[in-house]
Amino acid sequence: MAEKKKTYVEDIERTLYDIRNEDHSAYKSRSGLTEEVVRDISRRKKDPEWMLEFRLKSLEVYHSLALPTWGPDLSELNMDDIVTYVQPDARMTGNWKEVPEDIKDTFDRLGIPEAEKTSLGGVGAQYDSEVVYHSIQEDMVRQGVIYTDMESALREHEDLVREYFMTLVPPKDHKFAALHGAVWSGGSFVYVPAGVQVEMPLQSYFRLNAAGAGQFEHTLIIVEPGASLHFIEGCSAPKYNVTNLHAGCVELFVKEGARLRYSTIENWSRNMMNLNTKRALVEKDGIIEWVSGSFGSHISCLYPCSILHGENARCEFTGVTFASKGQHLDTGASVIHAAPHTSANINTRTISKSGGKATYRSAVKVTRRADHAKCSVNCESLMLDNLSRSDTLPVMDIEGDEADIGHEARIGRISDEAIFYLTSRGIDEEEARAMIVRGFVEPIAKELPLEYALEMNNLVNIELEGTMG
Amino acid sequence: MAEKLLEIRDLHAGVEGKEILKGLNLLVNKGEVHVILGPNGSGKSTLMNVIMGHPKYTVTSEEMQFAGEDMKELKTFERARRGLFLSFQTPEEIPGITVENMIRTARQTITGQKVKILPFRKELKATMQELKMKPEYAQRYMNVGFSGGEKKRNEILQLLMLQPKLALLDETDSGLDVDAVQIVSEGVARFHNEENSCLIITHNTRILEKLKVDRVHVLMDGRIVEEGGAELIDEINRRGFTHILDAQNAAK
Repeated sequence: MAEKKKTYVEDIERTLYDIRNEDHSAYKSRSGLTEEVVRDISRRKKDPEWMLEFRLKSLEVYHSLALPTWGPDLSELNMDDIVTYVQPDARMTGNWKEVPEDIKDTFDRLGIPEAEKTSLGGVGAQYDSEVVYHSIQEDMVRQGVIYTDMESALREHEDLVREYFMTLVPPKDHKFAALHGAVWSGGSFVYVPAGVQVEMPLQSYFRLNAAGAGQFEHTLIIVEPGASLHFIEGCSAPKYNVTNLHAGCVELFVKEGARLRYSTIENWSRNMMNLNTKRALVEKDGIIEWVSGSFGSHISCLYPCSILHGENARCEFTGVTFASKGQHLDTGASVIHAAPHTSANINTRTISKSGGKATYRSAVKVTRRADHAKCSVNCESLMLDNLSRSDTLPVMDIEGDEADIGHEARIGRISDEAIFYLTSRGIDEEEARAMIVRGFVEPIAKELPLEYALEMNNLVNIELEGTMG
Repeated sequence: MAEKLLEIRDLHAGVEGKEILKGLNLLVNKGEVHVILGPNGSGKSTLMNVIMGHPKYTVTSEEMQFAGEDMKELKTFERARRGLFLSFQTPEEIPGITVENMIRTARQTITGQKVKILPFRKELKATMQELKMKPEYAQRYMNVGFSGGEKKRNEILQLLMLQPKLALLDETDSGLDVDAVQIVSEGVARFHNEENSCLIITHNTRILEKLKVDRVHVLMDGRIVEEGGAELIDEINRRGFTHILDAQNAAK
């Protein structure tokens, strides 16, 4: 057998993601956040009047709220330095050929159109603040499925957008929700009519290219009664020396008896502040399934929330977080049981190495109306060296009767005995470590869409190569 | 002329500054079955771990040869690839790695050749059947949620699938009920032939019933204090270990 080469890789291989294109955007708003900037964004986006008002109100809320006092330190974020709106020099198109070459190259390298050909029912691609490409299969359109960018949705389905937009994550929720409300741009809108089963997943990909920019895409998904959908989101950005900010917002409405699987992999570069808010409202007998992978970014705060609003509503949350040098990834989930017989399963794995810091944070609330609620939380953390840190902060607030709540947390390191066991079977030490780490995330990896599962596998291999003395 | 497989001379080994093995000599030839007896704490498991190259132990030794090669500088995985196998007293649980995946990966690294999935699966299934393991255990994670008996059977499964030159069996029969001991000993008996050797630690003679024991070593306080043929097992079972110590002290 050939000996494996010993190169020390401090960080995951990001060459693919780090290729940055020259910034020749058509328009950039001025750094910093003022009413002028917001009005300017709104005018360029040709917002209806009510949206401009919404933005301005959100801006007021933004100025009135303080930064959160818990979680990772956000003090290095200076809003005056963040360019809120960057419009790429391209119009939205449904034809891949019309997407400008360098933007097209980027998505080609990331494998986006390739995946569309083989396994997806629809694809959207956002470059900086605007969606540059969108497509959806014909038969889905015939069944009344809408999959488009938020701007088009606002023009073509204004009533639907107005009915739902930021009702689940109101701007006053927290400072970054308010910021989002003021400057949001791009994102995906999906509407699945009652009873329609969308067989192939829809996938959106977000790419932030400009330096010092913010990405504030809004994802709004409505799955009507008895319908089902699998939606996949991927995010990345090249590395710059200035801080980029991502404060997206995801609102998912899962109606009676509907089912939504929402998979997302966030692999931002290491200068990214990822402050994303995701929330689902699940009605009677509805199911929300989250699959969430957090790999990149400098700081992440991400706790998708499921509000189980109708009887028998269910939530399955599966998450994996990988924090390496210079990263603090504060991730987890929250569930609100607001109706009887609701159930939730939270299952997460976090890995930290080379001084990375991973925090698991969860909140489970069972309201007084929610009798016989059932919730099980299982979070496991693995630290790959003595420099790294893992914390687990589960909070539970139970008011309902006859609740069945289970919590299991484990924080550990790779045991020498496990390594000895594997090496005694002829497996070398590096591979033994990689096998243990892969085994650790296996329950999560098998939930990921295939190409992301492979990406995570590569990541584990590359991360571990050369870490042995 | 017997062919030497494992030869150890004047082995000293310890952990955290405490010496456990204090000048041990051992010679196992190809095709032989050796048994090591000894009271608890005499260093039996340490010996097995040291032969397998556990990094936890500090080792000094005059000589440690396996199949004509000096083992001292070899790491655990290199020893395994040269034909050493340890059946653990308490096998590790490894979440996320299935039994099938584990054994296939191990065989691949040991033989250095790609293992074809379908024929391998067939062989694995047949071997599991012989050990009365349910076929679905092939897809279970290594030893996770296995009973004591299932873990030991899983060790023998690996022994049979990996076909080492020397099997180190560390109390493979301990903690098992009568039926399980039967299954495990049949497995070991099936493994053994004139081309390979076994070094067995046991407190129970049942595992030996189906094997022809060539040599018995009594290990006490880090040294081999008595050696003999299979008859030594009966003697110790009848009279205990203290009898040997007494006899030795008397001789001094």
